[in-house]
Amino acid sequence: MIRLSIPLRQALARLSLPVLIAVAFGTMLLGKADALLAERARIALADALAPFYAAFAEPAHAVREAVADLQQLLVLREENARLREENERLRRWQAAALALETENALLRRQLDFVPERAPAFHTARVVADGGGVYARAVLLSIPADMQVRRGQIALDERGFAGRVTEVGTRSARVLLATDMNSRIPVTLEGSRVRAMLVGTNGARPRLQHWSEGGRPAEGARVVTSAEGVAFPAGLPVGVVRWTEGGVAEVELFARTDRLDVVRLFDFGLGGILPPEAIARPEPRGRR
Amino acid sequence: MVGRPEPSPGLLRRLDDIARAAFPATGTVLLMVLAAGPSGVPALVPAVTLPCIIFWSIFRPGAMPPPAVFLLGLLQDLLTMAPLGIGVVTLLVAHGLAVAWRRFLVRQSFMFVWLAFCAFSAGTAALGWLLTALLAWNLPAPAPALHQAALSAGLYPAFAFVLSRIHGVMRRAEETP
Repeated sequence: MIRLSIPLRQALARLSLPVLIAVAFGTMLLGKADALLAERARIALADALAPFYAAFAEPAHAVREAVADLQQLLVLREENARLREENERLRRWQAAALALETENALLRRQLDFVPERAPAFHTARVVADGGGVYARAVLLSIPADMQVRRGQIALDERGFAGRVTEVGTRSARVLLATDMNSRIPVTLEGSRVRAMLVGTNGARPRLQHWSEGGRPAEGARVVTSAEGVAFPAGLPVGVVRWTEGGVAEVELFARTDRLDVVRLFDFGLGGILPPEAIARPEPRGRR
Repeated sequence: MVGRPEPSPGLLRRLDDIARAAFPATGTVLLMVLAAGPSGVPALVPAVTLPCIIFWSIFRPGAMPPPAVFLLGLLQDLLTMAPLGIGVVTLLVAHGLAVAWRRFLVRQSFMFVWLAFCAFSAGTAALGWLLTALLAWNLPAPAPALHQAALSAGLYPAFAFVLSRIHGVMRRAEETP
């Protein structure tokens, strides 16, 4: 250690702060002039600290989880109260629904209303998708004792999927609503506006040709319309979604990209059937 | 019997002194690194640094010399993504002022020191904001600077509580020869 006289040392101590401040300004300018230098220094520091952080990561994670748990506990009460209130509200709605159902039944009796019979359906397994004339179609495997005819309507467990277009002895092809050739008359459930659901080969078919002034609202439910006598009214199709480009599309309820099993409903409707690609007789009853 | 020679009491004493002198800076470094990494809140780093530096500058300036403050400021700049040098300048200025006023501040009550610290944190944040603005040549949003000042002012009592305990222990260890 160099021995310095006391006044000199004092002077140095007094000078060190201004000198360091000047150096700090120099650092500032250096960091501004050479941004890469600061970046490199940061990376070197992070590299040096990495093992330290790794050692601390586990306890820190535990602490953070404990804090998150605590927060959840704090809101638990509130959540509970909210759920209780919601439950109460739903119970009231349930009561209202039951009352309405009874009233409906009563009124139907008064009107001598003939109810639609519950449609019969068969369930068929999807064995292949694509192929054939259409880009978005699935092939169903049909058991030998099952009656399938063209124009039957395929629904998966969530909603409308498509229509049977070709029928063989052991298989049937269903044209999905997403195919470019698919045109389905639909109704917006809330406003009762009629429109056309036009497939684009994409995941979401477009909504077109709605009546004047009946602009579909975002999130409105879309159901099939009985117009054209191809579909029964009121099958759930999807909800309206507006794209950023201002195109009305329908997010289908059915998961058309991963169909496993579809239900084929026979509503006894013919409507407009696609022309026969291959002349094939309609299957008759069992011989 | 061969064994290590007993360490001389002089060595122990010297180690003790070194540990005591090094604690403020190393403790601050440890806190900063902890605040930067596992806490997940990078805004905590400047809010942790300032209370430590001001406290030690007021109550034990010998253990917090300007070069240590310089290095701490550099570490803060590197840990946070702030432009290099701004933390160094602001912390050195704060340290200089704290040391210049320490004779007056040491005799005051805790509340007064806290108030003074609030002024320090506001001044530091303002200086940092000004330097950032000068360096980037456009006005940054003032909200983060205010947030940082409020955070460090709010954290000061907790730090002062723990650090003054440690300081008391150190003083007692120094007084008993």
